[in-house]
Amino acid sequence: MTDLVPVLSATWGAEKSWSLDTYTEAGGYAPLKKALGMEPGDIIQAVKDSGLRGRGGAGFPTGMKWGFLPPDDGGPRYLVVNADESEPGTCKDIPTMMSAPHQLIEGVAITSFAIGCNHAFIYLRGEVVHVYRRLLQAVREAYEAGHLGKDIHGSGFDLDVTVHAGAGAYICGEETALLDSLEGRRGQPRLKPPFPAVAGLYARPTVVNNVESVASVPAIVDRGVEWFTAMGTERSKGMGLFSLSGHVTRPGQYEAPLGITLRELLEMAGGIREGHELKFWTPGGSSTPIFTQDHLDTPLDYESVGAAGSMLGTRALQIFDETTCVVRAVTRWTEFYKHESCGKCTPCREGTYWLTQILKRVEGGRGTEADIQQLLDTCDSIAGRSFCALGDGATSSIISSVKLFREEYEAHVEQGGCPFDHSAAALFDYSETPATEEAHA
Amino acid sequence: MTYDETTLAQLTEDAAAIIARYPVKRSALLPMLHLVQSVDGFVSPDGIQFCAEQLDLTAAEVSAVATFYTQYKRRPNGEYQVGVCTNTLCAVMGGDRIWDELSEHVGVGHDETTEDGKITLERLECNAACDYAPVMMVNWEFFDNQTPESAKQVVDDLRAGKDVAPSRGPAKVCGFKEVSRVLAGFEDGRADEDQGAGAATLAGLETAKGQGWKEGSK
Repeated sequence: MTDLVPVLSATWGAEKSWSLDTYTEAGGYAPLKKALGMEPGDIIQAVKDSGLRGRGGAGFPTGMKWGFLPPDDGGPRYLVVNADESEPGTCKDIPTMMSAPHQLIEGVAITSFAIGCNHAFIYLRGEVVHVYRRLLQAVREAYEAGHLGKDIHGSGFDLDVTVHAGAGAYICGEETALLDSLEGRRGQPRLKPPFPAVAGLYARPTVVNNVESVASVPAIVDRGVEWFTAMGTERSKGMGLFSLSGHVTRPGQYEAPLGITLRELLEMAGGIREGHELKFWTPGGSSTPIFTQDHLDTPLDYESVGAAGSMLGTRALQIFDETTCVVRAVTRWTEFYKHESCGKCTPCREGTYWLTQILKRVEGGRGTEADIQQLLDTCDSIAGRSFCALGDGATSSIISSVKLFREEYEAHVEQGGCPFDHSAAALFDYSETPATEEAHA
Repeated sequence: MTYDETTLAQLTEDAAAIIARYPVKRSALLPMLHLVQSVDGFVSPDGIQFCAEQLDLTAAEVSAVATFYTQYKRRPNGEYQVGVCTNTLCAVMGGDRIWDELSEHVGVGHDETTEDGKITLERLECNAACDYAPVMMVNWEFFDNQTPESAKQVVDDLRAGKDVAPSRGPAKVCGFKEVSRVLAGFEDGRADEDQGAGAATLAGLETAKGQGWKEGSK
């Protein structure tokens, strides 16, 4: 049995956990002082050696990303924290910033020092106002305590931090769309290369890192590379927040070494809700192909999940029991991608519309057998052919669910409707009123 | 522009504070659109003109940005933006039913506002609180583990002018304009208000304690 390892979440239960006092009492900002006494290059090397990989979904090695910055040319370079947590199922960065914002601020300070950045930005999604309050206050507190600002703790290092609220657009989680948005434009992805490391914010060298990645840096500096690499699996080191949601007895944030399994996590979370059994789940948000009971023992690390045909993503484990109609679930995700497609490229903009129409037809019992094949064909025109990963992500749940649950799609066609009682899946009791068409257009 | 002198002076002062946060002026546009909403309750034609003038953009450039993001409203918004998450997880856990009942109860549909100007309803996409499904957001504060009854009660209380506290967040939900001002980056002094971290947020910590992990240990 793998034990949990609260690191980022360790102080979340403390009195006024979000305050500078609480954070400092627990040893906070000592790692910053330690880092300021190190050579920036040594910090980058330590993060490389730790094997920390991007916790925002893609899993790219964080230290390597830092190392891609070109040599200092005397001009500005930027750190931008991606706090636009919006991938369906993903709910780890929001509690991190709400309960322990200083963990992120300290990570920002250390990272900025390491990469030679004097102005860092935290791009927070706009739909979480209390999180924004906490971040604004934490930054102000950090300035007042001398952890930010001019000549931090006598090191000669200056750093300003701006916390920026977005305004509602999933696509801004894509790092180049985020940069466009931060520049005051529509959030549409940029053509890569050049990568942000070369030409990012204001066309200057920029590192874009996820909240959890940056918040993990102080602990690595504080406790060392060996401590970090002792956790996890061979190529997926360290701990991560696993977010269990859905038909599970005790949903929530479980911080564990990478490589833990859903079977272990479910045991800790009290199992699937009483009287029910697991049907399907996402390992890393709605953009990752779905898994079933067959994957209960798949180690949740980048390699194992990939080898099993999905992606570790954001470790957003959305759990659905046997009362859930997979066609309904996939249709709703697809509507989401349609809604959030930025419109820049044709495969995604048009494809997600087509997919939604076909899926709604099938879910509503008006589909044909040919529609199921049409879904796969349309996915084929999107995956790998769209401008950014949003289009790919839109196809993941469709392709995987048709593969794993084709008979359920066929049942909708044959029965001329959904064979499931949706009220059975809800977490409260109600009886379904006469088959009303879904209210949404 | 039809802003009176006092309003325009305040807006100009706030805009200067926002612009000062960024090395390049145009970056101030998103917070400035939130600022406009904090005065007008939506992104008004005046507000667009104001942003354009402050940032040396055309009104068309500002509009192009404003229409891209769902939080910017093109019509006067209700005092409370009530969003029911109907993305897959919340929908399946009961969000669809909550939406149906709430929409019928209030008498308006998606992106529509009640006649009293109090409530604008919205079918919400994932708001990163999935471990508290089904979720409802009111002016971007968390209402966790909702039922049709709890959701209707919240809306009834808001319409009756009562203070309503979210499940996680400040002591009460503030109005749309007040919250928009926070989103423009101006603190409102409520950061220390708290309703507790929430059971799901602490679920792993509680489990870890059962496994022998001690608070304060490394």
